[in-house]
Amino acid sequence: MIEFKNVKKKYDNGYEALKNINLECSEGEITALIGPSGCGKTTLMKLINRLHNPTSGTITIAGKDTSSIDPIELRRKIGYVIQHVGLFPHMNIGRNVATVPKLLKWDKERTRKRVDELLEMVSLDPETYRDRFPSELSGGQQQRIGVIRALAVEPSIILMDEPFSALDPISREQLQDELIRLQRDIKKTIVFVTHDMDEALKIADKIALMKDGEIVQYGSPEEILRRPANDFVKEFIGEKRLEVYQDTPTIRQVMVNNPVTIYPHRGLAESLKRMEGKKVDSLIVVDERDHLLGYVTVFDVLKEYDNEAIKVKDLMHSFEYKVESHMLLPEAIQQMHERKASYLPVVDESGVLEGLLTRGSIVGYIGKEYDGEVEGVL
Amino acid sequence: MHDYGYFSVFIERMPDLLDKLYEHLIIVVIAIILGCIVAIPLGVYLAKTSIRWIRSLIFNIVNIFQTIPSLALLAMIAPLLGYNFKTAVVALFLYSLMPILKNTFAGFDSIDEEIIESANGMGFGSMERIIKVELPLALPYIMSGVRITTVYIISWAVLAGLIGAGGLGELILAALSLNDNPLVIAAAVMAMVLALISDFVLRLIEKLSTRRGQTAKQ
Repeated sequence: MIEFKNVKKKYDNGYEALKNINLECSEGEITALIGPSGCGKTTLMKLINRLHNPTSGTITIAGKDTSSIDPIELRRKIGYVIQHVGLFPHMNIGRNVATVPKLLKWDKERTRKRVDELLEMVSLDPETYRDRFPSELSGGQQQRIGVIRALAVEPSIILMDEPFSALDPISREQLQDELIRLQRDIKKTIVFVTHDMDEALKIADKIALMKDGEIVQYGSPEEILRRPANDFVKEFIGEKRLEVYQDTPTIRQVMVNNPVTIYPHRGLAESLKRMEGKKVDSLIVVDERDHLLGYVTVFDVLKEYDNEAIKVKDLMHSFEYKVESHMLLPEAIQQMHERKASYLPVVDESGVLEGLLTRGSIVGYIGKEYDGEVEGVL
Repeated sequence: MHDYGYFSVFIERMPDLLDKLYEHLIIVVIAIILGCIVAIPLGVYLAKTSIRWIRSLIFNIVNIFQTIPSLALLAMIAPLLGYNFKTAVVALFLYSLMPILKNTFAGFDSIDEEIIESANGMGFGSMERIIKVELPLALPYIMSGVRITTVYIISWAVLAGLIGAGGLGELILAALSLNDNPLVIAAAVMAMVLALISDFVLRLIEKLSTRRGQTAKQ
């Protein structure tokens, strides 16, 4: 974990690049530092490997104050990827990737093995690429090398300074996807500087949005999209993105509010009567305080109908899966589809039944929503 | 008096020619080596220093040496160090400084900021970075400076004969006073050939120092 405590940075010319930053970058997560140029995001990142030093405040890595670590040693333990790749043009790919292992005096065999392993990790054939020179590679390939060079000695922290911003859109997408895929396996603590909100939303676990040397908002992409702290954040995220996000319905907007329920100690005749009355084929079982318990179907009831001693609770099935009402509709639909469920119970945090998400309610919602637009198409 | 023509002079006087050529070569090589020892580190320092006035001061001083006519420079140094080999080497050394210094500076100056940043970020110490990353990248420039200097100095070294420092210049002066035109020409040709061969060899080294990944530098 990287922790910034009351960090300030003032340049010699009096410019205040960072004003009292407090931030924690969690272990194994990608933290994106984002903001307009000049907001201090790169400066903040460079404090971590001491390419800059803070004017006041402390930065700790796993509890250890970085100012007590020799900067050269510190940097060798932290992966570093920059925007312009920064591969050494006079060294072939193999030697470029082996840069830090060489600085740490790894033996030849171990270095060679690691280089091949890393090349394979980003789908570049070692035999083909090891002996090539950076200028013989495409921009996307060069940045792949830039990334694996940073991974060479398995640092637990990797700093990335707008690593994909100089690439064409297609390579950028590819590299972002690859980073997400890699991160799933390697689980590094990554600090990622970017000015591209889409990129941050796509890859980051946490986003720190910065302006004029301050963190304006810090949170998960979801939190920032849902609850932008102020107008600056809204503007930075972009109206379009917010609209798309805020237009996505939550389950609350779609669910049936008054599902047909029954208590567990009721008899079967009563159950059947309720089903007939409400024209449903199953009942949701809840206790007196509306806590969700399970469900009974009409088939169970009919099968045991003659046995008066049997109560609802004896025939009850429990739900494999339930959803909460703030969940987004697309997510719930996907779950219904995967589980082949015809409906899902909606509960709050304490397990109280709030409603039902049924196929009918979804179709009804979509019908209502597209009513105006679909007219004339048919 | 001599009894050889413009061609036979090479056969008749070969031992003398080779002897003086060897002396000539020694003067040049020592001057260039001294020039490299001084100018290359100085060039690196100037490229790295953030103190601007030092940079312009040193460039100006070195420039001044360059503008002093070679004959005058020899005449100025000779009374101090004597009419000998040493004086010739010192004068030529002063001449060699400028091109090597300029090219070393240009070579280090041409290295992309990103390369230096990524080297720092990966944990190179400054000395380590200069030697392992920057020097190889600047080498083609430096070698080009060394080559240009060498070719100039080979021709200027002829003047060393004037102060009795040896070399092909001495042979030319002696031949002139004896009206031995074939020998004058022969000695001059030797100097030319030496310059051409040096140029060729150094060009080759320059090419080899330009790795495959780099574009060839002028």
